[in-house]
Amino acid sequence: MSDIPARIEAANAETLRRMLAADPVLVDVVPAHVALPRLADRMILHSGPPIAWERMCGPMRGAIAGVAVFEGWAKTLDEAEAMAAAGAFRFEPNHHHDCVGPMTGMTTVSQPLLVVENRAFGVRAFCAINEGLGKVMRFGGNDAEVLDRLRWIRDVLGPGLGAALRDLGGVPLKPLIARGLSMGDEMHQRNIACSSLLLRLLAPALARKVSDRAALAAILDFIGRNDQFFLNVAMAMGKSISMPAEGVEGSSIVTVMCRNGTDFGVRLSGVGEEWFVAPVEMPQGLYFPGYSAADANPDMGDSAIVEVVGLGGFAMGAAPAVVGFIGAGPASRAADFTRSMGEITIGQNPEWTIPSMDYAGVPTGIDVRLVVDTGVQPMINTGIAHRKPGVGQVGAGVVKAPLACFEKALVGFAKRMGVS
Amino acid sequence: MSVIVNQVRSGLYLDSVALMRLSREIAALDGIEEAGLMMGTPANKDILRDAKTLDATGESAAAGDLVLAVRAATRAAADFALATANTRLDQPKQSAVDASTWRPRSLRAAVASAPDASLALISTPGDYAASEARKALALGLNVMIFSDNVPLDEEVALKQEAREKGLLVMGPDCGTAIIAGAPLAFANKVPRGRIGIVGASGTGIQEVSCLIARLGDGVSHAIGVGGRDLKAEVGGLSTLQAIDLLDEDDDTDHIVLISKPPAASVVEKIATRIGESRKSFTVCFIGATHVPLHGDARLATTLKSAAELATGKRLQTRAASLADGVARGKSVRGLYSGGTLCAEAQVLFRDAGVAACSNVPIPGVRRATPQDHGHVLIDLGDDEFTRGRPHPMIEPSVRDQPLREALADPSVGVILIDIVLGFGGHIDPAGHLAALLKDRVEKGPLVIGSVTGVEDDPQPLSAQTRKLEEAGVIVAPSNADAVALALRAVTS
Repeated sequence: MSDIPARIEAANAETLRRMLAADPVLVDVVPAHVALPRLADRMILHSGPPIAWERMCGPMRGAIAGVAVFEGWAKTLDEAEAMAAAGAFRFEPNHHHDCVGPMTGMTTVSQPLLVVENRAFGVRAFCAINEGLGKVMRFGGNDAEVLDRLRWIRDVLGPGLGAALRDLGGVPLKPLIARGLSMGDEMHQRNIACSSLLLRLLAPALARKVSDRAALAAILDFIGRNDQFFLNVAMAMGKSISMPAEGVEGSSIVTVMCRNGTDFGVRLSGVGEEWFVAPVEMPQGLYFPGYSAADANPDMGDSAIVEVVGLGGFAMGAAPAVVGFIGAGPASRAADFTRSMGEITIGQNPEWTIPSMDYAGVPTGIDVRLVVDTGVQPMINTGIAHRKPGVGQVGAGVVKAPLACFEKALVGFAKRMGVS
Repeated sequence: MSVIVNQVRSGLYLDSVALMRLSREIAALDGIEEAGLMMGTPANKDILRDAKTLDATGESAAAGDLVLAVRAATRAAADFALATANTRLDQPKQSAVDASTWRPRSLRAAVASAPDASLALISTPGDYAASEARKALALGLNVMIFSDNVPLDEEVALKQEAREKGLLVMGPDCGTAIIAGAPLAFANKVPRGRIGIVGASGTGIQEVSCLIARLGDGVSHAIGVGGRDLKAEVGGLSTLQAIDLLDEDDDTDHIVLISKPPAASVVEKIATRIGESRKSFTVCFIGATHVPLHGDARLATTLKSAAELATGKRLQTRAASLADGVARGKSVRGLYSGGTLCAEAQVLFRDAGVAACSNVPIPGVRRATPQDHGHVLIDLGDDEFTRGRPHPMIEPSVRDQPLREALADPSVGVILIDIVLGFGGHIDPAGHLAALLKDRVEKGPLVIGSVTGVEDDPQPLSAQTRKLEEAGVIVAPSNADAVALALRAVTS
């Protein structure tokens, strides 16, 4: 009994060690049916914890209808919805397949997936390619423009990127992130620096491998116009870092935080595959012209995996401009948010530092005990989707992970430790 | 009919978050239906078009141009909004000077931001104090627990855990400590010196440390242990540890022990420990009549005599002129904010053979009943007066009503009061009392009191004393002297 705290400390130290020892490299882009052996036809992977069609929010349903048409399983969106309601598709969380997806997080057989290999541990994690801004499937968009873009990503961008990455022998991500942090990115809401740095590395290889000049121009233009292109890379990286940290017996460190627009889900390193779920909260944020909080859908996406590894809201100190979304306090207080996340994490990442905070490392390793003890909720930077399917992104902001998840997780952890 | 007005500021780049915030401000202006400030990228222009705010001017913007787009009820409103937006874009921005408002929410984060810290002061509702104290101990911190209402078994467990870790727990219900010159909670800015104090009583430590200062000496450390430390259940765990610490402390020559009378089983333990020390002791178990002592230890019956024995000096007492006879035969009403000062008063009454009663009686003194009209010595810091409101040392108005009653009571000859200064206390307790005394009747009771404090306190001693004297209070140099004066006034 009395050695339980010591056992937890030791287990948590091991979990953090694994996170910090990661060596994530963006190595390839491959079709989902190749990347994910258990991804069957007519199976749709979604963001967040498990959820049935009946409880899915509007954007999630919209995205499912869209992706079903994209995959050719349905001819029209209406038909796709009817099929979904009738049980024609199998739904599983991305996280059950070493995969993550932003917002609605649709992953299906023919989509090309970014592959991040954590070379220190020999594991691979996957994420679809970022579709850009405006009306996109990750926000529930599903019209012809959205689906055409997905086809172009499948047929042109994905193969081109994959060839370029193989030509480069992969792009190590740890140093890239370190530079991005020093340039004002926090890798969730702000990926301008890392998107640019990545494009700078990719461009020569793309030029070597994509022979069609029009296609090459389109690829460079697409990446160059998308400030959030790197987000999906960061997410696959986050998953590749947290995967080896899973399953450390006795560890109370959070390895997954994600949301599906209805529920927020948490997993702990020391509690196996169990999901701890609570109703997701509404983001607080700023809206595009023509929209307001009344249009907003509750929080969505697997993107909170970046917070799990110390980025996003945890790295707010690196990205002062993002503080504006919170609508409280000046940008010069950005560091306070990072310090506050230090209350619930067990360490810092010495390789990912924030210059304006005297090179403090980003707070890493969320301890569920500290969250419940302090009542400090993990802060997640996020985009805001319209609550109706098909509309898309209407704003951006921050959301706090619901405490109830962590309370449940702590109880589950205590049971696992034999403490009642 | 709405009007759409756009302006393009060519080549002006601003961060999208800054623009979204400004858009929200502009959209909130009178007469504005929708407003958007965005860089003129194709995606952004889509959004502005969908929001029905884009006109031909905005359509012409390039990706590097800033589009200011408004849809308004009137042209005038649109123009005003654009002018406001431009003003806001162009005006100099104020940068917060001391930007960080972050304060640690947990002991763990506090220690991370102050790695040299060696002590945690815990002041939470009693239900949470033990759990926070345990965390502090786990972080290697000594602990001062200001909170009360901590269960006794928790106190014992915490103090045992601390002892095993080589750490000290002061409290629970520890109101006063001075560690290396730093006053903690209710404490006075007394000079540093060579006398160490271990006290189970807050005001006892305050009175003795202030009298030591007035006698020209100073305090090395004053360690509070909490009011229950010398009970049988706790067994003096912290008192013994505090004696160990002061015994080993090169800056301490003499040690003063202040407490209510300990449990019999504990007295012997303490006495034995004192006997083992190389240093000299003054022991003041206030109210105790007989204490067996070993080694170089002398017993003081009052706080004043404790200070005098510790310093080897006598407190100069000015001959106070009492309006002879006005209080003779009448009774004394003591209205104390300091519990140990009230106990000291009871000791002096008892030892003078004058019967008194109190709501918090010491051994040999009767418990007061509401009907009592003899000498009544009241501790206004007791639970019955402080439940749901601050302690009278923080909020002196707790004394107002009992004082008014005593002033109007023809049977009362002397009102005995204390004024306790220092950190944590009310900023002007003498001024508060003086205001109340302004209206008293000419031939009312004498008001006799003392001030526990030093000149360097947030409420300077001299100014507080002057306010009392100007209000007609007879101010004695110590509580014991004030009690002696009161006894003289009613008996001689």
